[in-house]
Order: sequence, then C-alpha cells, then structure tokens
Amino acid sequence: MSSSFVISQSDGRPMYLQIMEQVREKIAVGEWKAGESIPSIRTLAVELQVSVITVKRAYLELERQGIIVTQHGKGSTVARDPDLGPRIYDQEFEEHLRQVVRIGNLLGLTEEEIAERLRATAMQLETEAS
Amino acid sequence: MIDFAVEVAGVTKRYRHFTLDQIDLELPTGCIMGFVGANGAGKSTTLRILIGLVHQDAGTVKVLGHPVPEQQAAAKLEIGFVSEDMRLYGAPTLAWHMNFVRSIYPRWDVAYAESLLRRFDLRAEQKIKGMSHGQRVKAALLLALARRPKLLVLDEPTTGLDPIARREVLGELMAVLADEERTVLFSSHNTLDVEQISDLITFIDRGRIVESSDKEAFLDRWRRLRLILPPQSKLPGLPGVVNVEGSGRLPVVTTDRFEPAMAAAYQQVGVAVQAVDAMTLEEIFVASVESRREGRTR
Repeated sequence: MSSSFVISQSDGRPMYLQIMEQVREKIAVGEWKAGESIPSIRTLAVELQVSVITVKRAYLELERQGIIVTQHGKGSTVARDPDLGPRIYDQEFEEHLRQVVRIGNLLGLTEEEIAERLRATAMQLETEAS
Repeated sequence: MIDFAVEVAGVTKRYRHFTLDQIDLELPTGCIMGFVGANGAGKSTTLRILIGLVHQDAGTVKVLGHPVPEQQAAAKLEIGFVSEDMRLYGAPTLAWHMNFVRSIYPRWDVAYAESLLRRFDLRAEQKIKGMSHGQRVKAALLLALARRPKLLVLDEPTTGLDPIARREVLGELMAVLADEERTVLFSSHNTLDVEQISDLITFIDRGRIVESSDKEAFLDRWRRLRLILPPQSKLPGLPGVVNVEGSGRLPVVTTDRFEPAMAAAYQQVGVAVQAVDAMTLEEIFVASVESRREGRTR
C-alpha cells in the first residue's frame, strides 16, 4: 500500500498533527477503507523520514479518536465504522465552527451577529458559484 | 536484546581549556538520538569517549552492554563510526576501501553495499581524492552502514552536504531504524535535521548536558506566550518562565513547562493571552542554552 504523505517542515504545525490530518483525509476520501490494515509506525516513519516517536504519537491520537485501531504485535487498521468518512468531516466541521465562535467572541460579536455573518457568507459563496 | 544501546553515567574528561562535566546519557535500543550543541560544546569528545577513542577521567560508559574503554574491542565490532575528519586513503578507489572493510568485518553485506552505491550515486571505481566533500561523507557512511553495525555513531553527518545528499543521508539513517534492534546516535548543529528524524534529543553546552528527553515531550513543553498587560500593571511571576522579552504592556514569555493551566493563570489576573506559539527546535535550543548560561553566571 503506498501512502504518499507530504510532510512540510515549514508548515508551522507539529509534524504529528500533519500526519494525523493526512491519515484522516485518506480515510475520509476512502483511499484507506474501514478494517484495512495501514502501514506500521516504523514503516511509515522510514518512508516519511520522520522519527518513530512522532508517527507513534499521531497513531495514538488517532486511536483515541476512534479512527484507527492498533493491536499489539498485529499493527494498525482503520476502524470498522461504516460512518467513519462522514464522521471525520463532521469532526472537522465542528472544529472550524468552534474556531469561528472563538474569533467572533474576540471581535465582540454576539451569537446572533455570528449567525448572520455565516448566512451572509453562504449567500456570497452561492452568488460567486453561479 | 539489551534495553540500552548506550549508557553513560557521570563521565568527566578534563582538558586544559575544556572540561566535559558529569555527562549522563541513556539511549534505548531501536531509537535515534540527535545530539545538539554549539561548536566546542563537547559533542565530538563525548562521541569519541563512547567508542573508546578518548578515555574518560571518571564515570562509566557501557556501549551495547560492553564497558568502554575496558571492552572497547568487542564494542567496536558492533559500532559504525563516521566523523567529518575521518580520513579515507586518497589514492585507492572506493572499491578498494569496500574490500578492505569487508576483510575486517565478517558481517559486511555485499548486496546492501551495492544498493547504497546506487542510492548515494557513488561509483566504486572512483578514487577518494577525486571526490567532492559530499561524496566522501557518503562513501564513509556507506563503509559504516554496509557492516550492519548495531549502533551507528555519526559526528555531524549532514554538515556541508547539499540538499539532495542531505536527504539521501537522512533517508538512509531512517532506513537503518526500520530494524528495531539498531540504534543511531548523531551529532549536529543543524536543528532541522535533528527535529525531523530524532526520537530523543540531547542538548549539550560548555561541556554539560543541558537537556535530554523524548522529542515530542520536548516540543510540547516549550511555548512562547504573547501577552497583553492591563495598564499600570506588572507581569505576574509564574513558575516555569525561562525568558521575558517584548515591550512593557506586550510581553512575550518563553516557558519550558507549558500547560494550558498557565494561560488560564494569566487570564485570571487580568492578563490577556494573545497567542500561544509552538517553537522550533532551533528556538528552543537557543532559549535553553541562554537561560542555562545566565543561570550559571548569576
């Protein structure tokens, strides 16, 4: 199985987060399917030229999120969850929403104003698309 | 299997103008450790003590279970050492060197040596004296790798390499680690290389170990907090603050013991936390060494 990850040192985010994101994407788009085995920690580390401990951390976090399953001595597999793809997108959506509310609060916007801005953005995207 | 490929305790070596002072190091088997320090910090001396080229005045060294220097001959059979100033013979070819090393080390892997030649883009029939710096480094590395040593000790393996050669060398180091029983210790002042491939990081400065820990924990502990103070107030002192920069109402605080509670503690006393920034290994190294130096002269 080829993994073809792209890890950037100038990305600014820690490397383990970049690895997590790309694993999630691969699963979300169905490149890695539910129940399939994925590269071992060491194999992926060697391929990415990234330390074992960094890949291990990414896998541990993904396991905690229920996205992959690691069995000692058997390696890791994608979780057997038919809704995994949509769930990953949903988690991401939730994370972005939280970010929107946080920044909105920083700007002193009310809940209503944040919702209004969201509707306005949706409308704008719609006009741009047509 | 031995748990630790390298165990160093209380190692001291005195020179007229430099002292390696009570060095402790532990490197678990199967890991790769980056040894970071400024020029003259004691990196090379430490590595040389590990392989028995220099003998310590005090303290104990165990490499792959063998006490050094007492059993250095046994240890050396299993160690591959490459340093910048390692001289290969100029006149003979790389092939001559390969045969020579092969005649000494029974574990020499012919097929691996051939594949390294290709991957490092080297020609066996080329004479060493006609090689560029990068080619010589790769040649020396090939001679060490093809012996399949259990421990690789590399002194500045990527210094002076072009980006392509650097990538080839780092890739080969990682490939060694595919085997869980092999261990790599390399020194570098290129923190990007260290940050990328190391499991463990050790900082050394002026002959002393400043920090030594697992890389992820290390990068997690260090943060820079950009704060906004309310007018006419002073920055409250919190534990774990290593350095304060920035201007009066906009201080930038560096900590080596970050946890989310810290940001909360500032907010509780009315200090706004504008941002919590992760730091690169290079920034951490500089902050760590500077704070340690200040602490020592204080």
